[in-house]
Amino acid sequence: MLSIETFVVVSVIKIVIALFVLLTAVAYTVWLERKVVGHIQNRWGPTRVGPFGLLQPLADGIKFIFKEDLTPPHVYKPLYIAAPMIALICALTSIAVIPIGNWVTIGGVHTPLQITDLNIGLLIILGITSLGVYGVALAGWSSNSKYSLLGGLRASAQMVSYEVSLGLSLIGVLIVAGSFSLRDIVDGQGGHFWGFIPKWNIFYGGQFVAFFIYLISAYAETNRVPFDLPEAESELVAGYHTEYSAMKFAMFFMAEYANMITVACVASLLFLGGWHGPVFGPPILQAILPVFWFVLRVFGFLFVYIWVRGTLPRFRYDQLMAFGWKFLLPLAIANLVITALVVAWRA
Amino acid sequence: MPQNYVPIFIFIAVVAVMIPLPLLLAKLVRPENPSKAKLMPYECGIDPVDNSRGRYTVRYYIVAILFVVFDVETIFLFPWAVKFKAFGVFGLVEMLVFLAILVVGYIWIWKKGALEWI
Repeated sequence: MLSIETFVVVSVIKIVIALFVLLTAVAYTVWLERKVVGHIQNRWGPTRVGPFGLLQPLADGIKFIFKEDLTPPHVYKPLYIAAPMIALICALTSIAVIPIGNWVTIGGVHTPLQITDLNIGLLIILGITSLGVYGVALAGWSSNSKYSLLGGLRASAQMVSYEVSLGLSLIGVLIVAGSFSLRDIVDGQGGHFWGFIPKWNIFYGGQFVAFFIYLISAYAETNRVPFDLPEAESELVAGYHTEYSAMKFAMFFMAEYANMITVACVASLLFLGGWHGPVFGPPILQAILPVFWFVLRVFGFLFVYIWVRGTLPRFRYDQLMAFGWKFLLPLAIANLVITALVVAWRA
Repeated sequence: MPQNYVPIFIFIAVVAVMIPLPLLLAKLVRPENPSKAKLMPYECGIDPVDNSRGRYTVRYYIVAILFVVFDVETIFLFPWAVKFKAFGVFGLVEMLVFLAILVVGYIWIWKKGALEWI
């Protein structure tokens, strides 16, 4: 057991490191997206600022600070300013319960590679990311502009619709794992069956269908292509952030990419075995490799996100709603019932 | 362990302090020259007519109501799923009855047309 002072100091150090890594990851996910989509469309993407355009995120950040920040007189000011902050705080806070590796001992302090290990970690993530809807809805309403209102309404309706399928798709994993703790869920996926296939939930737990339900719902939750109707630029200009400029716009932008990273982390932890992978070599390598495997999975997810954006066209709104309510929801309920029956059969 | 919740509050405090900082920093360095055209609601260069908080389709309300119903149901399922193995056959049958009632309601709203977006 750590003393209270050590506990708080260790927590603060971990929070600062996690925030730094997360914000850097957000910045470079934007760079990656521009680069990959560029190559998909037979262009180069950013090349001017630094080698391979690697300093582009920094240049963008500086530009956001030096841009004129208009607060039009027709907005409802308190909510107009609060909305991007709500969106960003909710997007960043969910990283607090995500584990990225095993326990480590650094300088005599034994601590998990995670800001805090809660036995209800998954519930916290679901709760906090759901609160993000408030940021979008309030931004759309407080802007007092038609495009913003329509974008905000669409975004909230879409996010609440797909949240149901998202929640139901996770229940299969919970039945198999028997715990809300993300660490327990990952620990339950160690080892192999039939000699070589890893015991990930997507294989051994039979959560293959749930994985795709989760992935599709998560794309809709984060308002990404092919579900990016809230910001469909051909009809709604920029959706709920039409009236936002400079740093406030950057906050919505960062919130979207932070949410993408959270989704990628949760998908890796719940379905793809978290940080499990071949571990070998000297002790220092053995400590780093699990983190490397985890980051590799997250990177893979982000790449697929971008790939999908470069490939698929946008849905129509009635198609989007019908797909969520008439296809994904019954599929998720069926998956849940079948998982429950199979687990009961095995026991 | 209750003390494990403390870091979350520290995290929210750090983020809540950190996020307004760039806004304040930007306030010192950014230009500030608004004009009448810049301050109008953006409607592709056309002067806006009418109140922007007018009426909108009732579908959004229906989606919100459906969301409440199904999300509460999901919340009921979460603790059941975690303790599934401990409940055994009793828990399985109980939840199948619960889901059966829910599916009947689901079929009813589908027949009523609440899921159509026209």
